[in-house]
Amino acid sequence: MRTFEEIYFEIERVCAYGAPVKDENAKPKAVKIDSRDLLKVMTELLENQTLYFDSLSCLTGLDNGPAAGTMEVIYNLYSIPFQHHLMVKVTLPRESPVIESLCSVWKSAEWHEREAYDMYGIRFENHPDLRRILMPADWEGHPLRKDYVQQEYYRDIKVQY
Amino acid sequence: MAAGKVQYKYKAGNLVKSVPNKFNPDLLRSEEMIVNLGPQHPSTHGVLRLEVLMEGEIVKQVVPHIGYLHRCFEKHAENLPYNQIIPFVDRLDYVAAMNNEHAYVMGVERMLGVEEQIPKRVEYIRVLVAELNRIASHFIAIGTYGMDLGAFTPFFWLMRDREHILRLLEWGSGARLLYNYIWIGGLFYDIPVGFEERCQDFIKYIVPKLDELRTVLMDNKIFIQRTANVGVLPLDLAINCGVTGPMLRGSGLRYDLRRVDGYSVYPELEFDIPIGEGQVGTVGDCWDRTNVRLLEIYESIRIISQCLDKLTKEHKRTRDFDPQALVPKKIRPKAQDLYVRSEIPKGELGFFFRADGKSDVPFRCKCRSCSFVNLSVLPEIAQGILVGDLIAIIGSIDVVMGEVDR
Repeated sequence: MRTFEEIYFEIERVCAYGAPVKDENAKPKAVKIDSRDLLKVMTELLENQTLYFDSLSCLTGLDNGPAAGTMEVIYNLYSIPFQHHLMVKVTLPRESPVIESLCSVWKSAEWHEREAYDMYGIRFENHPDLRRILMPADWEGHPLRKDYVQQEYYRDIKVQY
Repeated sequence: MAAGKVQYKYKAGNLVKSVPNKFNPDLLRSEEMIVNLGPQHPSTHGVLRLEVLMEGEIVKQVVPHIGYLHRCFEKHAENLPYNQIIPFVDRLDYVAAMNNEHAYVMGVERMLGVEEQIPKRVEYIRVLVAELNRIASHFIAIGTYGMDLGAFTPFFWLMRDREHILRLLEWGSGARLLYNYIWIGGLFYDIPVGFEERCQDFIKYIVPKLDELRTVLMDNKIFIQRTANVGVLPLDLAINCGVTGPMLRGSGLRYDLRRVDGYSVYPELEFDIPIGEGQVGTVGDCWDRTNVRLLEIYESIRIISQCLDKLTKEHKRTRDFDPQALVPKKIRPKAQDLYVRSEIPKGELGFFFRADGKSDVPFRCKCRSCSFVNLSVLPEIAQGILVGDLIAIIGSIDVVMGEVDR
């Protein structure tokens, strides 16, 4: 089992776009990294033999609202053999939320990313099959955005009940 | 709505536009065809729709289409105070509501920092009801699975036995399925007088019935032929796909969050973690997964009897014990992010919270549901099989659509 400091050091080593920021208030403790570093950091977290985060437990999309102008993607990683855990946060601009897909690292990312796309409109690049998953394909808008206004009619059915 | 007014006009092609097929029929080879299974089909365990690409009798690819039972849980959660979300949490995995509540409540208590102050008696009652509900959930899983494969008798037996658990929980909480019993900081009520004795009676009753179940279902030759070596899920694929719960343990990994994370009073309790060993086929086949569920029922019974022991001796009912004593009047956690996970019958149920520290409603409440992730492995293991085996695999995943679609 590695401590948070040791894991942070390993992440810092592979980051090319600025040092990662610690967030020790979060449980489990989190690091914020630049979105351009994501794929490299995640590959390292899985393939480094002393870290080996083999399970992507949860992927959360999050909208900070139009005032803040940012969106976030939050990854919760667990290592089954070493029993350590980590939260990784990435901030994206709200107008064009685009981020690298992690399907090549963990297969479990596939449906999680589809859900984040469905609910927030975050585009995951190189995702094999980025479609809506919970909402109908012809639904307008992304429902969990903070400024979401639902459409009045969906196929002649009044949406507001 | 005024009587006689047409609410919805049928138009050909509506379904095609709202949930389009992934495969285009025009681009298929002449021997290939698309078969649509569900969403109204008894063997899909709810409103799961599968688009199956077949070549003759062989399934080439399966594409699950979900979302038919989407109830906007996360959107609701962003508009409700923490304590009022509990009834919604009940309705995620509606056959194991106590376990859902336990996971959710644990997360909010951890955010408030009161997790350590919860009285032991409250924790033991929580574990007791959660394990009772775990048995009920596994009964549904095994019973309906047998029915998928043509064994009708075990289903009736298990529904009959499940009724005992539901009556017990109804006596304790007032509701049969969706309890709202575990509250943030405590419980709705203490368990009623005589509950412990009735639980003891239930344990005495159920153990011989489980042995009967083993004879009639698990050791049944037809059942073994339908499930052994079918839907084999290798361990590395299972971990990479994020599969948890009996599916992961069926693939041979001794991994149970009750042990790994050791939340609540589970570190004080003795129980084993059954895994799939491939007794009748390969490790990780459908039979192994079902067998793990059956063995887990025995372990839950062990946990229940230990809880009953504690609840009648060390943490006995007293006149001045108030399970609502620590329930906060106002739930306003400090600004923080928190991810909490716990073992429910189907796997790892996780909640991600972001509290902004200024309001009584969560800024974000994400539910990581185990059925959702477990279902996503279906396209991987359902290739090159027969349609009958596809039904066997869906049943062995044990999905509850209420939790998949949220």
